[in-house]
Amino acid sequence: MDTVIKVENLTKRFGDFTAVDNITFEVKRGEIFGFLGANGAGKTTAMRMLCGLSIPTEGKGTVAGYDIFRQPELVKKSIGYMSQKFSMYEDLKVWENLELFGGIYGMHDKEIKIKTDELMGRLNFEEERDQLVKSLPLGFKQKLAFSVSIFHHPQVVFLDEPTGGVDPITRRRFWEMIYDATASGITVFVTTHYMDEAEYCDRVSIMVDGRIEALDSPMNLKRTYNAKNMDEVFQQLARKSTRKAD
Amino acid sequence: MIKYLLKKEFKQIIRNPFLPKMIFMFPLMVLLVFPWAASYEIRNLNLSVIDNDHSTFSKRLTQTITSSNYFRLTDESASYNQALKSIEKNKADIILEIPADFEKNIINREGTKVMISANAVNGMKGGIGMTYLSTIIANFNLTLISELYPEMAKSNSSVIQIDSQYRFNKNLNYQVFMVPALMVMILTLLCGFLPAMSIVFEKELGTMEQINVSPVPKITFILAKLIPFWLIGFIAITIGFLVAWLDYGLIPVGHFYIIYTFAAIYIFAISGMGIVISNYAQTLQQAVFIVFFFMMLFIMLSGLYTPVDSMPDWAQWIAAFNPLKHLMIVMRSIYLKGSNFIQLGGELAALLGFAVFFNGLAVWSYKKNN
Repeated sequence: MDTVIKVENLTKRFGDFTAVDNITFEVKRGEIFGFLGANGAGKTTAMRMLCGLSIPTEGKGTVAGYDIFRQPELVKKSIGYMSQKFSMYEDLKVWENLELFGGIYGMHDKEIKIKTDELMGRLNFEEERDQLVKSLPLGFKQKLAFSVSIFHHPQVVFLDEPTGGVDPITRRRFWEMIYDATASGITVFVTTHYMDEAEYCDRVSIMVDGRIEALDSPMNLKRTYNAKNMDEVFQQLARKSTRKAD
Repeated sequence: MIKYLLKKEFKQIIRNPFLPKMIFMFPLMVLLVFPWAASYEIRNLNLSVIDNDHSTFSKRLTQTITSSNYFRLTDESASYNQALKSIEKNKADIILEIPADFEKNIINREGTKVMISANAVNGMKGGIGMTYLSTIIANFNLTLISELYPEMAKSNSSVIQIDSQYRFNKNLNYQVFMVPALMVMILTLLCGFLPAMSIVFEKELGTMEQINVSPVPKITFILAKLIPFWLIGFIAITIGFLVAWLDYGLIPVGHFYIIYTFAAIYIFAISGMGIVISNYAQTLQQAVFIVFFFMMLFIMLSGLYTPVDSMPDWAQWIAAFNPLKHLMIVMRSIYLKGSNFIQLGGELAALLGFAVFFNGLAVWSYKKNN
């Protein structure tokens, strides 16, 4: 298996404050990589650096084979991103959002149409196809946002707390979609606060105060920290934090 | 790629509950209401008369004044002090005091004096009121001379006769002066404000981040924001032409294609400026205040109300960097004088300069990462 994300000593400072402190890790192709941490631990900042939204202060990093310092626009071509804040165009219809983002990533009209038909069928969205996104319930919107982020079949997709605020059944469905995506060869990089979701990941890193304190498969982590579940692992590590959560 | 972004922009504008109405209503409101409200013509000045003579002549004088449409007699006072009180109470703008023996002195060829005093809190209004009233009294004077002493009227004719005419706006019609300039205001407010709002709005919604994380080139995104405003500007200014023609009978002496060319460059410049502002503003409130600040400055220094040439040198220097000022000159010249590209070469160069500067700055200051 080859490496899709490779990060060495990556650091981001805002003035005196070090949001991300010298992190090093690798993500393999086809993996589901869980990126855990308390609020304010630096997860989102780290993820934004990998997506080319934030310029790192120090360190090295490549995503999909492109340097995040020198080739951020090439990185952007090869990734998908679903932000914490729901960010489809609410005043566009479902199919119009797909068309827009497909077009932005260089897909052709025909390809967009075929994939839209296929996706609408698979998600059972036929009736919602012509509805404005703002009229959809939150669970629908999140599924749609995820579908948009992988519509152009990127090498990696970054998901920033994708399941915030939805019910357990919808969350479960959402994870089924994530598994489908990895089955088609997409690497998934996901942050979450739900420890049951951490169990679904192939490997998990836990950030505390901007540093990666632990990185392994959920099974190994539980063994190392002598814990019953991921929640206990997280509690043991996150308690060390001296930073105030925001 | 831009095709998809343009589709999105147009759909969003059309689906906006407010924007399409604004594009049609704004030029209508501005052109139908403003030229009447923002007029320098002074009418309905409140006149207070102190008639100490109560004679036929003094009555005739008062009547001549009030029949002129510019004055209305609101107050008749017994004394000057009482008349001043009326001014303090805002009942009168100007006082005319006719002395006792007014009629007697005229008939006896002794000559007489009347006093006018104006409230000059609003200097313009006071000054113009004074001029109007003096002119009316001077005319009344001539009428009396020709009635009472015809031999004097003949000998009194001037050596130099002035034959004056006003060019390009024969009747000194205020609307003719205001309407072309107001079209500039319409373009500025529609095409300067709206692009700024549209980008900051995307920032607030979070869709901006979704664009920033995509491979959309900066220039493509900005062009997709600008092009719809070209169209909006053209629609608005075309409505403006129609209103100017239907309501004021105004048709440009010059060519429409020259106006449209200048408008195209101007919209490009001013919407580029809006985008620069939106790149620095994080919230709608910030954007609104920054735009408001610049608009105030630009409008004051544009020559819309007060001629730029009579401003102090330093203000004229600032005005030289004001795109509004240049387009106002252009619009008034084409509308009233029929100027062509060569005559407006300086303005053309200035506006092109602004367009390149603001849009260069817009692309430069738009950061897809930080």
